[in-house]
Amino acid sequence: MRSRAVVREMRGAYAFVERNINLIKRYWGWELVWLIYSLTNALAITYIGNGMSAITGQEIDTQAVVKYLLVGALIWQYLSVIFYAISEMIAWERWEGTIEYTFMAPVSRPTHLVGTTLFAIGYGVIRTLAILAIVSAFFHLDLSGANILGAVLMLLAGSVSFVGLGICAAVLPLLYPERGAQMTNAVAAVLLLISGVYYPISTLPNWLQPIAKSSPATYVIQGMRSCLIDGQATRTLLSTAGLLIASGLVVIAIGLVVFRYVETYAKRAGRLKRSG
Amino acid sequence: MCTVALEVERVRKTFTRKQGVPRSAGKHAIFKHKKKEEVVALKDIDLLIPKGETFGVLGPNGSGKSTLIRLASTLLLPDFGALRIFGHDVEHEPYAVKRLINRVSVDAAFFKKFSPIENLMYAARLYGMSLSEARPKMRAIMKRLGLKESTFTQPMEHMSRGMQQKVAVARGFLTSPILLLLDEPTTGLDPHSKREVQAFVREIRETHDTTVLLTTHDMEEADRLCDRIAIIDDGKIVALDKPDGLKAMVPAQNGDKTTMEDVFIALTGRTFEDAEAEKVVVA
Repeated sequence: MRSRAVVREMRGAYAFVERNINLIKRYWGWELVWLIYSLTNALAITYIGNGMSAITGQEIDTQAVVKYLLVGALIWQYLSVIFYAISEMIAWERWEGTIEYTFMAPVSRPTHLVGTTLFAIGYGVIRTLAILAIVSAFFHLDLSGANILGAVLMLLAGSVSFVGLGICAAVLPLLYPERGAQMTNAVAAVLLLISGVYYPISTLPNWLQPIAKSSPATYVIQGMRSCLIDGQATRTLLSTAGLLIASGLVVIAIGLVVFRYVETYAKRAGRLKRSG
Repeated sequence: MCTVALEVERVRKTFTRKQGVPRSAGKHAIFKHKKKEEVVALKDIDLLIPKGETFGVLGPNGSGKSTLIRLASTLLLPDFGALRIFGHDVEHEPYAVKRLINRVSVDAAFFKKFSPIENLMYAARLYGMSLSEARPKMRAIMKRLGLKESTFTQPMEHMSRGMQQKVAVARGFLTSPILLLLDEPTTGLDPHSKREVQAFVREIRETHDTTVLLTTHDMEEADRLCDRIAIIDDGKIVALDKPDGLKAMVPAQNGDKTTMEDVFIALTGRTFEDAEAEKVVVA
């Protein structure tokens, strides 16, 4: 009986993976547009580093700046894919008009989130690798001294945190049928500003630095730079990775509680209806 | 197994709507204060639908039919009262309820770029069905509903409204619900598609152990398909009986047979059109 219930939940989780893969296939034109947008964005930011000597008229270690910016751009690319895939799971359903059918199906919300997260991680990895492959053709990226294992560890630890943040942001389209999706963009923009993606957080105003230190992305990006640029040993990153995973699990738990509360509110207020 | 498919006990549902009102009458007024307005969709409704019955809820747009279906579907929570499906409380045991029901709504909501097979596969997986179980079943139901095999893999957005609604009926029945909630399943369909969907509903009733709750504003449809009919107006049930029992309430005039429309007019003092014109859609 219990094993049947597990199989049923696994099928439920896979429904979201398969559905999202089908959405990519059917909206391939959009995917191409977003890939080009992300790629040109990463290239444009990295070219700022490449042109730093020309901009300042001073001798600068351009290779170091390029690496710094490129790692930031790629990791942000990956983390933002995770964040958007999860935070937009409600917005997509609203847009397609299927939200009521998904919410009346006998699938628990954690199963819904597991399916969405599995897809998000797979999609984020493939997309980021594709951008890395193309960007590598424009810049010479020497990763010979990099600690790839440590980088993978940091990336997985950071994924847990961003899953939690995505769940928290996913309540916005549930609460605000018309403006919720745009609000998730604002959340992502603030994370980008404060997390040291393209500059050290020490350059931020003093009052913003404590907020920057509370963003999990700050530690993921710092850790990734340490691994990929400085080749820092994995064991020295274990405590940061552990902290990221632990804090991520706490944020996921909070996100699930908030989501459940907001879902109940939406059902009371009649906000699940496709147009709100 | 409980012999009562759906029990609705003193259910009340109110929605709050906000309407923006300009602070000033000036043409540059940007900020608006929101005026809250309460709309009572259901007013202390009681219903008891035994297992195996096809039960109709007949009423004009905005009378509360869809609200009742959404409450039974676990998509809304009542403000007061309780709904039980085969003994399971909709509010407190939603997962047990969800495994027993499915719903077809007036708008065939699908992933528009997906094919019927892709949409039905998604639904089947959500209900825990295996590929081997779902594939032959979805094909058989779609064929029975008159859909051609060549349409099974084409995007839904290229299909007519009637064809989309047939896929919606297939999705509703694919998971073998023991309570099927049909919310105006034939509204907007051409007469041929309408007849095919109605024939399928009758077939479900004759060949399966399925209870059907059908809401409609098509009086002829309610008369033809339902064992009993509740007439709902302005969130209240104004009459509930077998179709013949309802018609017997109103004496025939000028030698013509009494229709459901005559019954509605006699009970509410309005025609369906009048009732719809008066009512702002609430659900």
